[in-house]
Amino acid sequence: MVSIGCAISEPGSTRKNKTGSWRTFKPILDKEACVDCDNCIMFCPEGCVNKDHDIDYDYCKGCGICKVECPVQAIKMEIE
Amino acid sequence: MAKEIMTTNRAVAEAVKLAKPQVVPVYPITPQTTISEYLAQFVADGDLDAEYIRVESEHSAISATLGASEAGVRVFTATSSQGLMLMHEILFAAAGMRAPIVMADANRAISAPLNIWNDQQDSIAQRDAGWIQLYVENAQEGFDTILQAYRIAEHEEVMLPVMVCLDGFILTHTVEPVDLLEQEEVDTFLKPYVPKFAYLDPERPMSLGNFADPEYYTEARHDMQVAMDKSMEVIKEVGAEFGEKFGREYGLTESYLCEDAEIILVCMGSMASTVRYVVDNLREKGEKVGLLKIRSYRPFPYEEIDEITKNADKLAVLDKNFSFGIGGALFADLKTKCHKETYGFILGLGGRDVVPEYIEEAVELTKNPVKEVTWLGLKEDE
Repeated sequence: MVSIGCAISEPGSTRKNKTGSWRTFKPILDKEACVDCDNCIMFCPEGCVNKDHDIDYDYCKGCGICKVECPVQAIKMEIE
Repeated sequence: MAKEIMTTNRAVAEAVKLAKPQVVPVYPITPQTTISEYLAQFVADGDLDAEYIRVESEHSAISATLGASEAGVRVFTATSSQGLMLMHEILFAAAGMRAPIVMADANRAISAPLNIWNDQQDSIAQRDAGWIQLYVENAQEGFDTILQAYRIAEHEEVMLPVMVCLDGFILTHTVEPVDLLEQEEVDTFLKPYVPKFAYLDPERPMSLGNFADPEYYTEARHDMQVAMDKSMEVIKEVGAEFGEKFGREYGLTESYLCEDAEIILVCMGSMASTVRYVVDNLREKGEKVGLLKIRSYRPFPYEEIDEITKNADKLAVLDKNFSFGIGGALFADLKTKCHKETYGFILGLGGRDVVPEYIEEAVELTKNPVKEVTWLGLKEDE
C-alpha cells in the first residue's frame, strides 16, 4: 500500500490485507469426527476451507456458518 | 505593478488566475459569488486556461474538485456558509485522500435563523475535517495567502487541502488597495504542480479513495496528524520566502505590541484591524495591551502562542463563533493547549458590527472578570 491517502498502487492488496483479525470466534474442526461431506467448503462465504478441510485463519472472519452446517457437529467455535 | 483598488473577492480571483489551476468547479453563494463570476470571466476571456465546471451544488463542486485533484492537476474552488455545510462529507474525504486543494471560504453565518452576514461559524464547524485553515485580515493578505496556500498544500510532506477564510462582506465586498504581482514574479514563487504520490495515470494504474479496515485506518489518520504538524514549519518557510521575494512576510501568527503587554487580545481575520486600532488607543492611555492575530487556526500554533504570550498576565479571546456549552472555538483551543488565565468573548455573530467599544469592554472584563465566557453587546429582552 502507498501510505499517503491509503492509495493502492498495485493489484492484489486483498491478499496482503489479512482480514482474520475481524474474528471474535474461531472455528476448530475435529478431523476425527469429520465425515468428509464438504458442507463447510460449500457454505463458507469466504472460501476459507480447502479440500483437505484446513481452515485459513488469515481470512476466516468467524461467522460460524460452517459450524451450523456441519451435520456431525465436528466444528466448535472457540473465543479468540 | 502599481496598487489597484479592489475587493478581497477580486484579489482572491486575481491570485487564482496567477496560480493557474486547470480545473475550477464552483457553485455561487453569497458572499463568495463574485469570486466564481470573476473566474468565469477570466476563463471566458482566455486569461485563465482552465476547465470551469458549472456544477449543480456545493457537494458536486467539492466532489469535482477532489476528482480533478486526484487526476493530478492544480484545482480551485470557493464557497461560503450553507455551501460549506453541504460540502462537509467531501471535505473529510479530500483531506483523507491527501488532495492539495485550495479553497476560499467567504465566512458567513449558518442558518437558522437565516442570515447572509459575516461570522466564522461555517469554517469553524469544519475544523476537524483535516484541512489547513488560514484566516486573512485584508484583501492584500487574501491575495498573498492564496498563492502561498498552493505551496503549502502541494508540499510533499504536507499534501493536505487548504481553506483560505475571508470574512464575508467586511472583506469580500469592501474595496481596498492591493499590490498585485506580475505573472513572471509569481512564476518564480509558485511552480506548476507536478503530482508525485496518489493520482490517476493510465501508465501507472492506482486505486484511490480506498476502503481501509481497522488494520490501516488509524495509521492513515495519524499520517494526517504528522502532515499537519509538519505544515507548521512549511507555512512559516513559505511565508518567509514570500516576504523575501515580494516584501510582505507571513507566519502562523502575527503579534502587535505583545512583548510587554499585560493583556493580549487574541482573534482571527478582519477583526484584527479593529483590535489593532483599539490597542493603539489604549496604549496612548497607558494601558499595556497587545494583539495576537492567529493566521493559521489549523494547524494550531500553540507553541508559538505560548512564546508570544509568555510575559502576559491574561488572554482575552475574541470569537466570531460559538460551541454550545463551551464558548468560542479559539477560546476553547487556547484553554486546552496554552497556559494562561484566559477569558472568552463572543461577538460579531451574524454580521453584528465589531465596534471598538466591544473590544474595550473585553479588556475591562479581562481585568475584572465576572465569568469565563461573555457575549458582548447582548441585548436585553425588549
